Amino acid sequence: MAVEEKYLDKLAGPVAEAGKCLLFLFRMLLGIRFSGSQILTVLQQTYLIGARSLVIIMICGFFVGMVLSLQAINALEQFGASDQVSLLVGKSLFRELGPVLTALLFAGRAGTSVTAEIGLMKATNQIEAMELMAIDPIQRIALPRFVAGVISVPLLTAMFNALAILGSVVFSIGVMDLDAGIFWSKLQTGVYFGKDFVGGLWKSVVFGGTISLVAVYFGYSARPTGAGVGTATTNTVVLSSVLVLIFDFIMTSFLT
Amino acid sequence: MEDSKAKVRRSDTPLIRIRDLVFRRGRTTILDGVSMDIPKGSIVAFMGPSGVGKTTILRLISGQLRPDEGTIEIGGKIISSMSYAELKRFRRNFGVLLQDGALFTDLTVFENIATPVREHTNLPEPLIRRLVMSKLSAVGLGGIEEKMPHELSGGMARRVAFARAVVLDPAIMLYDEPMTGLDPIAVSTVRTLMRETNDALGLTSIVVTHNVNQMRELVDYCYIIVAAKIAGEGPPEELTASTEAGVNQFMNGRVEGPIPFHYKPPGAPWGLLD
Ligand SMILES: Nc1ncnc2c1ncn2[C@@H]1O[C@H](COP(=O)(O)OP(=O)(O)O)[C@@H](O)[C@H]1O
Ligand SMILES: [Mg+2]
Repeated sequence: MAVEEKYLDKLAGPVAEAGKCLLFLFRMLLGIRFSGSQILTVLQQTYLIGARSLVIIMICGFFVGMVLSLQAINALEQFGASDQVSLLVGKSLFRELGPVLTALLFAGRAGTSVTAEIGLMKATNQIEAMELMAIDPIQRIALPRFVAGVISVPLLTAMFNALAILGSVVFSIGVMDLDAGIFWSKLQTGVYFGKDFVGGLWKSVVFGGTISLVAVYFGYSARPTGAGVGTATTNTVVLSSVLVLIFDFIMTSFLT
Repeated sequence: MEDSKAKVRRSDTPLIRIRDLVFRRGRTTILDGVSMDIPKGSIVAFMGPSGVGKTTILRLISGQLRPDEGTIEIGGKIISSMSYAELKRFRRNFGVLLQDGALFTDLTVFENIATPVREHTNLPEPLIRRLVMSKLSAVGLGGIEEKMPHELSGGMARRVAFARAVVLDPAIMLYDEPMTGLDPIAVSTVRTLMRETNDALGLTSIVVTHNVNQMRELVDYCYIIVAAKIAGEGPPEELTASTEAGVNQFMNGRVEGPIPFHYKPPGAPWGLLD
């Protein structure tokens, strides 16, 4: 077994790993029961994971909104069009920056902690103890964290967007003295709820799923040592960030 | 107790019967033709140097690993031919105390002990509470149910893990190095718990350990495993006096003897090219 595995890993390491990861996803999805206790653990995890990322998401959202407005006004001023700033900020934010930046922050904040948590559970024999109690650890540990990620990322994205708009309001109206009425009416008429805002949220659902799957899978397959858990945590950030950007391009080019 | 020991040893229908067990990992043969009979009601120790495959035997008995050859029969059922679902049901008969306790770090003491109950029964909440609290006070730790595992001392954590292992009243207890890292008082506490629970509930216990001294007073029968085979077996007093070289070296902790100081890679010299 070990010999074949070694060759497989060398010849087609990434492909084999992706396959194992997908199998892991199916095993998780097979564990969905909609039972009271399962829903409760999912909500608990959503709270833990979401709350852990909320502050950083809000701070970053606010400053991204400010800097976007600053750059937009700088550029638009040259054409005397600085009253279009809310349109530019809204579109770029809802379609791209909101979902992508939230996903990257989520990967760094929550993804890593999920990987580390599961990896440490493995290193301290907790996963094995569950198997011995005839409890499926994939259903009990991995599934709730995965679903919680799928739920929290869109919510966090909406939060990021809201704070970014607030940042834009503060900078454009508060600092640059643009007209508040024009700012809001441009945003309302130029930025579409369905295509721009909801379209972005769909992306963030996919990002949430991708990051959470990578995080639970790497945690679950980590070597059960301190170094192994460290490596797995780093791998989670690297791989999930790369995947988010790749999937972003694919989805954007097909869906718009 | 002398009496019950003698009875146990004569019992001719062992609860666990292992025959010609062979287990390999790659080219390394971890266990090579191991046979044992473990009578109901006894406490049996598997002893041997670290890395010899003691934990591996426990995993084979609990069905986490499948033997390459040979059979493991528990209460007349052959473990290796069970389906996954059967095995899952069968595991309710086992209470397992792993190295370091393996408490769930994200749950309170109460929830840790309640986890197997919730998973395998439909008891109403008040009954679960009564059951958990009775097990907790049986290990002398009533009142700590709302603490988190990281707030406990090593000995307390081990006792909570013990309560969790016995909460469903298993028939067989498996202990993997149950006393590692405990202070002498905690060692005695755990040892007393193991003996008393075993005798009071009529369990059968298997203890895996490399610590000879901690086992002398506890176990009824020992198997010493050296180099993939059983090098000696018998009650601890007899083994200490054994003249068989490997057993003698291990029981008395000597450097010289058949158990090598230098690691030998399997299939050397080709092993070096891996
Ligand atoms: N998952 C594994 N993969 C490969 N080798 C392993 C694995 N687990 C244990 N081993 C090897 O099997 C041998 C026996 O291990 P183990 O049963 O844990 O020993 P013990 O419990 O007696 O210290 C050791 O040499 C160890 O290196
Ligand atoms: Mg071991």
